[in-house]
Amino acid sequence: MNTVSDGLPQSPPPSPPGIQHHPAPLIERNSAITEPAWVRWSLILVALLFLLGFLLLPLVTVFVEALRNGWSAYLAALTEPDALAAIRLTLLTAAIAVTANLIFGLAAAWAIAKFEFRGKSLLITLIDLPFSVSPVVAGLIYILIFGAHGWAGPWLMDHGIKVAFAVPGIVLATIFVTFPFIARELIPLMQEQGTEYEQAALSLGASGWQTFWHVTLPNIRWGLLYGVLLCNARAMGEFGAVSVISGHIRGQTNTMPLHVEILYNEYQFSAAFAVASLLALLALLTLGVKAWLEWRHADQLAATRRH
Amino acid sequence: MSPTVFAQGHTPRIARTSARRSVIPGFGLTLGYTLLYLSLIVLIPLAGVFYKSAGLGLEGIWAIISTPRVLAALKLSFGAALIGATINAVFGTLIAWVFVRYTFPGKRFFDAIIDLPFALPTAVAGIALTALYAGNGWIGQYLEPLGIKVAYTPLGVIVACTFIGLPFVVRTVQPVLQDAEQELEEAAASLGANRWQTITRVILPTVLPAVLTGYALAFARAVGEYGSVIFIAGNLPMVSEIAPLLIIIKLEEFDYAGATAVATAMLILSFFLLLVINALQAWARRRHGGKP
Amino acid sequence: MDIRIRNVHKHFGPFIALGGIDLDIASGELIALLGPSGSGKTTLLRVIAGLEFPDHGQILFGGVDMARHPVRERRIGFVFQHYALFKHMTVFENIAFGLRIRPRNQRPSTSAIRARVLELLDLVQLSGLEQRFPSQLSGGQRQRVALARALAIDPRVLLLDEPFGALDAKVRKDLRQWLRDLHHKTGVTTIFVTHDQEEALELADRIVIMNGGAIEQVGPVDQVYEHPRTPFVFDFLGGTNVIAAELRGRRLWIGDRDIAVLHDSIHPSGPVDVYVRPGDLRLADDTAPGIQVEIQTVHRAGPIVRITARTEATGQPLSIELPHLHHDVPCFTVGARLRLRLMQFSVYPRSLHIPERTLPTPILIGRERTRVHPY
Repeated sequence: MNTVSDGLPQSPPPSPPGIQHHPAPLIERNSAITEPAWVRWSLILVALLFLLGFLLLPLVTVFVEALRNGWSAYLAALTEPDALAAIRLTLLTAAIAVTANLIFGLAAAWAIAKFEFRGKSLLITLIDLPFSVSPVVAGLIYILIFGAHGWAGPWLMDHGIKVAFAVPGIVLATIFVTFPFIARELIPLMQEQGTEYEQAALSLGASGWQTFWHVTLPNIRWGLLYGVLLCNARAMGEFGAVSVISGHIRGQTNTMPLHVEILYNEYQFSAAFAVASLLALLALLTLGVKAWLEWRHADQLAATRRH
Repeated sequence: MSPTVFAQGHTPRIARTSARRSVIPGFGLTLGYTLLYLSLIVLIPLAGVFYKSAGLGLEGIWAIISTPRVLAALKLSFGAALIGATINAVFGTLIAWVFVRYTFPGKRFFDAIIDLPFALPTAVAGIALTALYAGNGWIGQYLEPLGIKVAYTPLGVIVACTFIGLPFVVRTVQPVLQDAEQELEEAAASLGANRWQTITRVILPTVLPAVLTGYALAFARAVGEYGSVIFIAGNLPMVSEIAPLLIIIKLEEFDYAGATAVATAMLILSFFLLLVINALQAWARRRHGGKP
Repeated sequence: MDIRIRNVHKHFGPFIALGGIDLDIASGELIALLGPSGSGKTTLLRVIAGLEFPDHGQILFGGVDMARHPVRERRIGFVFQHYALFKHMTVFENIAFGLRIRPRNQRPSTSAIRARVLELLDLVQLSGLEQRFPSQLSGGQRQRVALARALAIDPRVLLLDEPFGALDAKVRKDLRQWLRDLHHKTGVTTIFVTHDQEEALELADRIVIMNGGAIEQVGPVDQVYEHPRTPFVFDFLGGTNVIAAELRGRRLWIGDRDIAVLHDSIHPSGPVDVYVRPGDLRLADDTAPGIQVEIQTVHRAGPIVRITARTEATGQPLSIELPHLHHDVPCFTVGARLRLRLMQFSVYPRSLHIPERTLPTPILIGRERTRVHPY
């Protein structure tokens, strides 16, 4: 067996010329820049074992645990009223949060990508800010404002508006943690595309809105979908921030992840995993669509990708 | 070319003056909305935390943070995040390398799976990791006889931090490796370098800024992580209790000041990390600036 | 170091990159591999370097077959098209790399490495820039750093892949002259790949013209230019006009005019193609043998006039480059008729005609070509 340092496998003696039509390469192609096969396969094995232990097995566990008590128990856990309420609230929250951040993302990307102004990089950094704030802190900041002892909480409550420990708080916290997703997908994409298309449309007499609808939007639609997809996955799955601000009121302020936690803490493991399996399916769907987008529409996704 | 109609609106003066020459409409509207929304959702609420903690004074904050329980929680959060990010820097780089350089069956599938921590809700990840690494779990049952207890110990926190941070390193390093010119390696080989020298002296230095950026991102995410950690941590005060959980405990005790102090400490660190990440990226751009 | 290449084959999947190459290169020669893209010239260079391995065949360095040795054992200097400078290293570190990575017992001392690097920097005229990073250099400077880095390991042969491809025209001209001087000083056997025939003609001692994975012609620059063996070579070394003609015995006829006698022709009578370069056409007086053309466009470009015209006898288009002489100017109007003399031309049997220069051509066997001077 060769070691890394002594390089390439010894080549077999050359075959007589003219006999083989497609002789196997004597030495692996690009041998100057690759490793011996045993090194390659060891590295692949290590990488896959790591992925298996940290990613794949947890995923499989969710489904195995969910079905531990059989299909009927599984379905019962999902159709129980509190579970249904949690599903409804999760869908509602995600719909509002994604829409709000979609509008923001488009506006921010338009301003940042199509114009030059001072303080632009600071603005981009600020848009990224929620990514580096702990979700728990994200929940806390709204409690400090809208909580019973907060600045705006008592006044709002006097007027019959409840934010903390209620649905508006959950939505706000979700918007916060998913804030940058769509914007940071669209900004680099629209920067890459420049302003020539828009200038062309305007020169042909299109209005600003027409230009946006007929020229800009078709060019960014896959990138937009990509951002919406990731934003939605996080919005439906957000736990920390929502946990702080929701108050955990069953049937009222319980989202699916919170419902999972409650069931788990009550030792209803299969029920917890049953609800979790729905979220895991959502994650798989997200990954599937994401992989498809990256494969099929890579040209319309931002060049740099980090979440 | 005249200034656009929208640009006459209530936009910040600096911005308007430099955007004046653009023919594209909508600058005032979109930037105005961006700033308004950013302020309402992010900046003002965050400023509230600092305002509240300013009320406590430095000494007040320090008094809260320096209690043994808070210190232990902060130490665990940062320590576990640091170790998790380090594991990810090593294995994430290795995984990125394997995926960019080699072909093997199932590559596409595994490549898609790497993003699982982004897509899987943290609470789900938390209970799944707990089930897996508990004494009777698929992996835990083999570790327990060796004397390695993962679930309900600080080790469990590290496992969760590793899970949550992995994609950051892989997805930052992958494109850089992808773009790395093979010619660089051929050049090194033509100058007499063996494979090990080529990797350590040419390839790794090239991807180092990306590895560090991924490291910082993974660390930043893991420090504040809550959902995937609390289930596996066991949450024993002084042993396996993380800082975000302490914030929640203090809130439930209506100790707003205490919660704010811990949050402030975490926020300051996060902002510091953000600066580090930006500096790293600027450094990487400078270093690899200009055409080859 | 002399290099002999024997029957080298290389394929990538179904594509045959090199189909049996034989080539001898003398020690200290400066050789150009010239050909269109896909002709195999870069593959040949990489096979010599050890960056690719031949399917079979031999690469002899001074009589020793190196075909199975990896690149790092060959001690060659390779300059990449885009230089492949290590971006995280300074100019100094780049040039010192090949020396610093040697095993301890073969590694020169730190001071010896330093002296060698400074000497090389002086040679490539970049003294004082050793602490710069590659991103702080111009294209021409990077090129010279890459060359110095390749020379640092005292290579037995210097291989350059499209060395001036990424530079603008002015820098390219300066560097050509400089590379020639450098080769003169160092005396290292040098092989470079180019698709620019002007570059090859100006720099090389000998040129190797490649096409479709095979060598079309090898020889000293002047000889190849003056005596192209195939229509492909003729076509590749400068613009070409093709005029249909007929050989009757030794007489060459274009249309109904007998324009030349081929003294040494061994072509059988029959249809042939006459290849003539635009610059090898001159105005003729009415009595001299020549061809009649009608001007279609006239374009003045400094000291020469570029004319496109139609050959009256065959209807074929013709491009002509004439010196810009005052007394001629009045005749250069669209629609005017000119009579042209073919100063130098080549005659090939009609079947050898290659319509597209990028099309790989079969290896031509028994090709015949006759070169004459018109009377």
